[in-house]
Amino acid sequence: MIKKIWAWIQRFSSPKHFYAISGKLIPWFAVPAFLLGIYGLYMGLFVAPTDYQQGESYRIIFIHVPAAWMSMFIYIVMAISAAIGLIWQIKLADMIAAASAPIGAWFTFLALVTGSLWGKPMWGAYWVWDARLTSELILLFLYFGYMALQSSIEDQRTADKASGLLVIVGVVNIPIIHYSVEWWNTLHQGATVAKFDKPSMHIDMLIPLLVMALAAKLFYAAIVLMRARNEVLYRERNRQWVRDLVKKL
Amino acid sequence: MNGSEFSWSEFFHMGGYAVFVWSSYGLALGIVLVNIVSPLIERKRVVKRVKRAIARDRHASQANNS
Repeated sequence: MIKKIWAWIQRFSSPKHFYAISGKLIPWFAVPAFLLGIYGLYMGLFVAPTDYQQGESYRIIFIHVPAAWMSMFIYIVMAISAAIGLIWQIKLADMIAAASAPIGAWFTFLALVTGSLWGKPMWGAYWVWDARLTSELILLFLYFGYMALQSSIEDQRTADKASGLLVIVGVVNIPIIHYSVEWWNTLHQGATVAKFDKPSMHIDMLIPLLVMALAAKLFYAAIVLMRARNEVLYRERNRQWVRDLVKKL
Repeated sequence: MNGSEFSWSEFFHMGGYAVFVWSSYGLALGIVLVNIVSPLIERKRVVKRVKRAIARDRHASQANNS
């Protein structure tokens, strides 16, 4: 039984199989991502009411919060992929990790910049060295570290091992980011959505936030597949099936 | 946006926070576009590199045969 499951996993995680399937999957993520993005923007900019404390500036959260969630979500995906790659030697998992890194870094960068654009009018400063902001900045450096290791080590297997270990160790930063607003006195406001009792947010504000978050997840799914397909073509370039395929392009 | 008549100039004004709000949305749009375009460019680059490798291998095998 276990042997059968293992054989099935290996078949479906083969780069060749992945390449064929993912090509068909991309539009199924990209189109809903686009539609939800438009809907979320409309709801966030036109329908959601003005915040009684923060005025219109709070509308930045429809970008900032999904970006910050994605920065952590993508990191966790990377860490799980890297662990699968290290433990079971599944090449596809390492490719998913490598494909995720730049996307995660972009979302982290977006979260940091939009946060500081919100902080300036609200706190009076673009940047403060508080726990939430600092741990999010460390996340950006972890992404950079991963990408630097990937590109600086010539041998692909060694590169995957070294960068994979870095990502796995760096997971310790994720709960620090999440709980930073509780563990330390910070300027950053506490959780309003991801907490156990009811979210303390108006429903007309919550809906665009969640729609944008879902759109961002689907967007990531589409882009990571595109990037992983490039990884497959490059890393498997000495395989006959890749060569046959490339000749036709 | 206060339930009264909608006005575009008021909308773009964002209650005085226009610079902060629109640069956030603008940056987000830019990053989305970069993330779409860069894998497409990367794909072209990879295909080119694989094609070069194929050509190189063909030359090598021809040299070996002659």
